[in-house]
Parts: sequence; structure tokens; C-alpha cells
Amino acid sequence: MALDTVLIAESSPDTPQPWRELGLKEDEYLRIREILGRRPTSSELAMYSVMWSEHCSYKSSKIHLRQFGEKAPKSDALLVGIGENAGVVDVGQGYAVTFKVESHNHPSFIEPYQGAATGVGGIVRDILTMGARPVAILDPLRFGSADAPDTKRVLPGVVAGIGGYGNCIGVPTVGGEVIFDKSYLGNPLVNALCVGVMKHEDIKLARASGAGNLVVLFGAKTGGDGIGGVSVLASETFDDKKPTKRPAVQVGDPFTEKVLIECSLEIFKEDLVVGIQDLGGAGLSCATSELASAGTGGMRIALDRVPLRDANLSPEEILMSESQERMCAVVPPNKIDRFLEICKKWDVVATVIGEVTSGVRLEITWHGEVIVDVPPRTVAHDGPVYNRPFQRPSTQEELVANGAERLSRPKSGSEISAAIIDLISSPNMADKSWITSQYDRYVQGNTVAAGPSDAAVIRIDEQSFLGVAVATDCNGRFCKLDPYVGTQLALAEAVRNIAATGAQPLAITNCLNFGSPEDPGVMWQFAESVRALADGALEMGLPVTGGNVSFYNQTGDVAILPTPVVGVLGVIDDVRRAIPYKFTGAKDLILLGETLEELSGGEWADRQGHLGGIPPRVDLQRELALARFMFAQRDYIAAAHDLSDGGLVIALLEMLLNSQTGATISIHGDPFMHLFSESAGRILLAVNPEDANYLVGKATDAGITTTRLGKSGGENFEVSGVCSISMLHIRDANQSTIPALFS
Amino acid sequence: MRVGVVTFPGTLDDHDAARAVRYAGGEAVPLWHGDSDLQGVSGVILPGGFSYGDYLRCGAIARFSPIMNSIISAAEQGLPVLGICNGFQVLCESHLLPGALTRNVGLHFLCRDQEIEIVNNESAWTADFGRGEIITIPLKNGEGSYQCDEQTLRDLEENNRVIARYVGVNPNGSRNAIAGITNARGNVVGIMPHPEHAIDPLTGPTSDGLTFFTSLMKSRV
Repeated sequence: MALDTVLIAESSPDTPQPWRELGLKEDEYLRIREILGRRPTSSELAMYSVMWSEHCSYKSSKIHLRQFGEKAPKSDALLVGIGENAGVVDVGQGYAVTFKVESHNHPSFIEPYQGAATGVGGIVRDILTMGARPVAILDPLRFGSADAPDTKRVLPGVVAGIGGYGNCIGVPTVGGEVIFDKSYLGNPLVNALCVGVMKHEDIKLARASGAGNLVVLFGAKTGGDGIGGVSVLASETFDDKKPTKRPAVQVGDPFTEKVLIECSLEIFKEDLVVGIQDLGGAGLSCATSELASAGTGGMRIALDRVPLRDANLSPEEILMSESQERMCAVVPPNKIDRFLEICKKWDVVATVIGEVTSGVRLEITWHGEVIVDVPPRTVAHDGPVYNRPFQRPSTQEELVANGAERLSRPKSGSEISAAIIDLISSPNMADKSWITSQYDRYVQGNTVAAGPSDAAVIRIDEQSFLGVAVATDCNGRFCKLDPYVGTQLALAEAVRNIAATGAQPLAITNCLNFGSPEDPGVMWQFAESVRALADGALEMGLPVTGGNVSFYNQTGDVAILPTPVVGVLGVIDDVRRAIPYKFTGAKDLILLGETLEELSGGEWADRQGHLGGIPPRVDLQRELALARFMFAQRDYIAAAHDLSDGGLVIALLEMLLNSQTGATISIHGDPFMHLFSESAGRILLAVNPEDANYLVGKATDAGITTTRLGKSGGENFEVSGVCSISMLHIRDANQSTIPALFS
Repeated sequence: MRVGVVTFPGTLDDHDAARAVRYAGGEAVPLWHGDSDLQGVSGVILPGGFSYGDYLRCGAIARFSPIMNSIISAAEQGLPVLGICNGFQVLCESHLLPGALTRNVGLHFLCRDQEIEIVNNESAWTADFGRGEIITIPLKNGEGSYQCDEQTLRDLEENNRVIARYVGVNPNGSRNAIAGITNARGNVVGIMPHPEHAIDPLTGPTSDGLTFFTSLMKSRV
């Protein structure tokens, strides 16, 4: 193909262009022509098409996401907010923590190993780009039914990919979720969250300023992998009739990433860059236009200087390539020698590809000829904005009217025993150590708690024992029944997970996984979900520091359960005082919070194949009261576990299994309802018998309902007068499910 | 005591090994793969990780680095060397220890708290343990199955060169459940599980692993 330059474009306005194949709509293409005052060159068309894709431009979501700014609570902790690669919060002692979650759903369905691996790699580079050392990874995962044949293809590949990448870059994988639901069968969700730590003065921003400063591309060479990944994969629904999209999935090399991490941190330490951006979705198109747009605007790039893995790549392909493990830095000329020296030490390829200019246009040349000449803001930030129609689906009324509270329930002791065994062995509730044992949770030596802990707890200072706690949550069934309440329940649960470790919640991130925004019903779910999260963040006084939107998660016309994964970061002043999730010795078991008759959307109803009704009530003030109580009383609590999926019975059994003991408890009222209800705002405590009166008194003072359940010990799980099941039987039921499915 | 901790490109547990040296009362000296000066250290640790991306074979490229040339010569003169996980693989590739580490029987990376029995408490790195002591330290690797020929296995067993054995289930299919071995002189030790991740119950399963490092402080082989 002949080189298409700006000169040629000016003289050939009628040349047909493949804008439709690149995912652009007609009005979008016309708008590009209007911005440029001519037809775009093929390279410009490539850049606009990837940057104006749903994935990069947030064109369908922007109008809703504004609420996170409009309703933002006042927060002294927020150092860098939405818009940068990742938000940053102050955790005290001069430390800043950055965290963000991103989706890699579609690539992971096509090629599970590489899709998941590069999802981890991408989020780690986002965190690194802020100037931080990546210290923890969490992976919220959703798969189709556990026994479906395709789940057997996708899950092992995803898990191996996360481990294969995370384990090789020396960042511990410490938590996340694994949830099965048939709606994810043709569209699994692979989200990855990374946490990074730095000192305040080390925060880096993605902007190119200072005319004469050099633009340096460093890391892996550019290849033909992942071309058009964001426009093709992340922004379109799968269709059996189209050819396989495997070549659009990137291929990762964790060794290069590990070296890039150490090399970058050494560069940051010597303060050698004025701006930095990683190359992820949309590759160089994104990095150059975003750096220039956020800076003073002018940048000149000689694209032919980009080191290539495949010498035959065209300029358009180089601009769109999503080859992994690449970074783009803006370096003052007097620091470039030292910059290149550090890259050489780490055997990292680094190339000066251009410079910041005093102009306002991004100009890209190919062997001296101008192939791109655009206002960078029009590419990076002024993409189309859609106010897509949204409407509560007409089927919602029927769904909500059909509550699980009306289902016939187990009544006798043996029926309740059978329900307990069924639930504890169900794929969603079963022990996940077959998966988590494929992840290195120890590397870096700062992991105080990892899954099955409610939240991961990471030490960030070895002298002061300052640390952070992180958790992610979402029950997609609750969100299906009521996206507003469901989203706030996800927020409430993530906050409660932080509270259960004795940490103080500090900030929120999110990964909003939904179906097609072109479906008004899906758009309604999305709009409700964003409104709920913005309202919830405001009510709890927790800033939303960033997030990610993943649309088009559906198979044919059928969308996934709406899955707004909420991540919450907490701070803990002394990790030695963190509350464990397991205990030793005889303990009193106490329940904090109130149990109501709330079964709809819960795990038990799901086991009956039922989805309907209204989700449990959510009271964010009550969640905050719980968090304050847990923080204040953390030294008197031997172990804690939040109540969520599966209710009291699952929380109890998980704590007992982790603690390798049994228990005898008494229940006043309907035992089935108390054991299986999924009311929010509840935490299970194990406390030393001599502290029980004190804690119950303190909880009552704080307005928190308490229930003394009974005592730990023995070899059975006994509900007085109802049932008694051997813990060995429970353990076997809980541990055998996942290996039997996937080994 | 000054103890060197080697960093290859792709080394992951170097900070952890250095921390373990400090916890044991020593001074950790960073050693860079491209240098050949051992800086007068009294012992060297080859930490875990994926040196050079484990391309070719685990440890195969690291063995040819300048620092390894110096370490091989010094080890032959009696310098205590501890190779953990990938470091164990490097020691085998360097022929300081016999045999090889191959993929786990389950073919998965495996991270778990592992019981091992200290079989030999006479090496530079295990002298502070009781013989037969059972400890729990993290195991985390994908290629940890110790393999060697019959002759080597007999030699290791008959000459008390097995340092530690897995207790209970053999997690990766190692011959004779071998978790670690030493050379004839007892100064070079390779071990698959990670003692440097068990130096403080706050961040590891136990503090059992610390004894590997305190052993060195006391041994002066």
C-alpha cells in the first residue's frame, strides 16, 4: 500500500476510506473530516478510530460518569483524581497509594491465557506509570456455569495466565473473586486490580510539556500483535459468523515487564522524566495524543524510529499496535544520557522518537513525510459523546414481583443439613485454593493477609507497619434485580470487607461490566449503577479515584448480569493489629447486625435456579458504623468475617474451616431464614470469652445489634435442636468441587 | 557478617532474601549479575525468581553471567552459597549441585505452606536446626520437581547430602521427596521452598526459615 500523507489527503478528498471496518460510525467519520478540514490520512483514520472507540473514549458512559465529579465528597486524601492513569490517595507518613481495576474480558474469552496475562500486565503498567511500585494484584473473575464445557477451556487458561504473568513480575496476587453464572458463558469477565505505593513527591503525571523535551519510547519492540484490539474487541459484540479474532489479542512477556518495572523505578528515583505514559489499549496513538493533549499540545514524532519486531509493519499498524511492555516518557535533553544509561543497565531498548514542540499540533512523520497532523485534544479527549436512550425494561416488574421469599424452604433438620452441604459444595461457595495456589501471594514479603481473607492486607512500611487493605465485590444478581441497590450493596460489601480487617476505608475504584450500551435496558442498568455508586460514595465520604467501563459484554442479544465491580482501599496504621480471618483456641461467636427475611438474589435461591424479587436492603450509614466499631475494637477481636454470599451459614463455615474447628450455635426464630438470609450490614466475630461482654456492650453503645451465636470447638457444626454435621464432611464437600471440575 | 544477595534480570525475591539476612543480624550486600566482584562477602544467596525470564531452561542463562563465574570459583574454595528456588536451579545449571529441577507433576505453579523435614543439619545453612526437625515454609514454583540419575540419588542419600525432604504429600514429584540438597563439602545448598518468606509470622506462615540465615551467621564454614 502506498504511503498516505497529509499532502496526498489534501489533494484527494474523495478517496474511499475503510472507516466502517475500523469501527467508526458515519457521523464520526464526517466529524473527523470537519475537524481536519480535509479527509484524514490513513494513519490519522487509524488513530481516531482506536481513540474514539468505546473502550478509549467512554463515549456512551461519559455523560453518566460526570456524576463522580459532580457528587464527589470532600476528601483530604485525594491527591490525583479521575483522568490520570490511576487515582492516588494519601495514606499518611508521606506515602501515597494508587489503585485501579481494568477489564480484559473479550481478549480472555478468545485466548484465555494471553488475554488474562496481558490484562495483568496492562494494569500493572498503569500503576507503574503513576511513579509507584506495584505491590499487589487482585483478580475479580466471572465465568459461565462451572460444569459448562467452555468454562473448562476458559477458566484454567485465565488462571494460568494471571499466575504466569503475575508470578513472573514479582507482584503478589492476593485476592479477588471467582464467580460462576450462566450469563458469563460466552463472555467471561476478567478484571484485574493493581495497588501501587510511592512517596508523595514521586507521583508522575502523563503530560508532555516543555518545548525541546524529548519523547522516548522504551521497553519491548513494536510488533503486529493486538492491532485494533480496543476498537475491534472491546467495543463490539461477538458474532459467530465473523472470522476468529485471535490475532487482535496481544501477547505478553512478563520478563520484559519485570525489567521495565525495575528500570522505570530507577529512572523515577533520579527524577529524569517530566511526564510518562504506558502503552496499553490503542498503543502509540493513545500515548502520543494523550501526552500531548494533557501537556502544552505540540509534539513531533518520527514514527520510522520506532524499533520494530516486524520490519514490514506499515505506519498505520505501528500506530495501532498494542504490543505489550512499552512505555513512553518525556525527558529533558540534559537528562537523556542518564536515562539511556539506566535503560542500558537493564537491557531495555530505549529510543528517542520525537520531541515536544512549542506548537499545538501532534505531527507524525514517516521518513520525513508528514502522515499525521492533528490537534491532539481532538483525538484524545474530544471524542464523540452519546446520550444513549435508556429505559427500565418492561420485564423488570415481573422479575421484581417474583421474590425468592415465596419459594418452598427446607424445614426439617435433615432438609436444612442437605441445604447446607449443597451450598458449601456449590461452585460459587466452594473452596478456591485450587485457583489461588497457582498465584504467588508471598513475593515482596509484605503480605499480611491474602484470600480467603475478606480483604488483602499489605504492609507498606517495614518500620512503622503502616499498611493498606483492598477488596473487590459485586453480586451481579442483586444488580440485575435492582441495579441501584445492587451497586450500593457491592460498595457496602467492599467497605465491610475492609472493616472486617480493622482497616479504615479510604477510597473507591470500579470496573463497570455491562452489556451493549445500544440496548436501552442495559443502558438503564448502567445509568442506575453509576448514579448509585456516585450517591454511595458521597454518602460514605469516600472519593471515587478512577474506574473502567466495559460495554458489549453479551452473547447475541443476551447481556451478562450487570456487574459493577467495586474496589475499596483502606488504610491500617499498624498491620500487626489487623484482625485475622481465622482463630485458634475456644472462642465465643457473635453476630453484628440485623438479619431480615432477605433471600432474593442470594446463593440459596440461585441453587434453586431462581432469580427474582428485590435484593437485600442497604444502609450505608450502618456500614460506616460497623467500620468505625471494627477499627475501634480491633484489639479485642480474635477473628472476623463479613456476611455476604450465602449468609450466616457460609460465613460461619468458612471461618470454622479456616480455623480447623467446629462450633455449636443456637438460633432463635426460623433457623433456615437466619442461616441463609443475605441481609447486608453484618459481620461475624470470634472473640475470647472474657472479652464477649465488653464487646457486646460496646456494640450496643454504637447502635449495632448483636447476637450471641454460641461457641467454637468440637468436630461438628451443630445448630442446637436443628442439625449437626461433621466438619470433616463439610470440609470434603467444600474442597472437592473445584478440583473435580478443573483438575 | 556481610552476605551477598545476587540480582539477575528477572530475580524476584532479592529484597526478601536481603530482609532475611538483616533479620538474622547480618548485613545484606547487593550483587549485580553483570559485575564479577563479590565485595568480600562471607556468603552468597541466589534468590528466587525467573532469571533472564527462564528462557531456554530455568537458570540456564544466569549460569553464564559474570557474577556466577566468581561465585562458582569462590564456592569451590568453600564460600557458603544458598540457592533458593530459581537459585537452586542456577546452582544445578552451574554444576555446583547435581541433578535438575523439572516441571511440577501437576504441571501447575504451586504456592502453599509446605512442611519439610531437615535431614542434614551439618551444612553451612542448616547447622542451627535440630536433625529431623520439621518446619513449615512457603513453596512457590512451577518447576520444582527434583530429578537426577540413580547413581546421583544413591550418592546423595549415602553421603547425607539431602538437606530437606517434603513431609506428607510430595507436592511436585521430586525424587525421594527431596526439597533441598548440598554439595559434598556442605557449603553449597540448594532448596526449593522459600525460607526467606518464613522469617516473621506476620508475613509468612512461621519464622522457621530464619534458621537458615542464623545458621550461616554462626557457622563460619
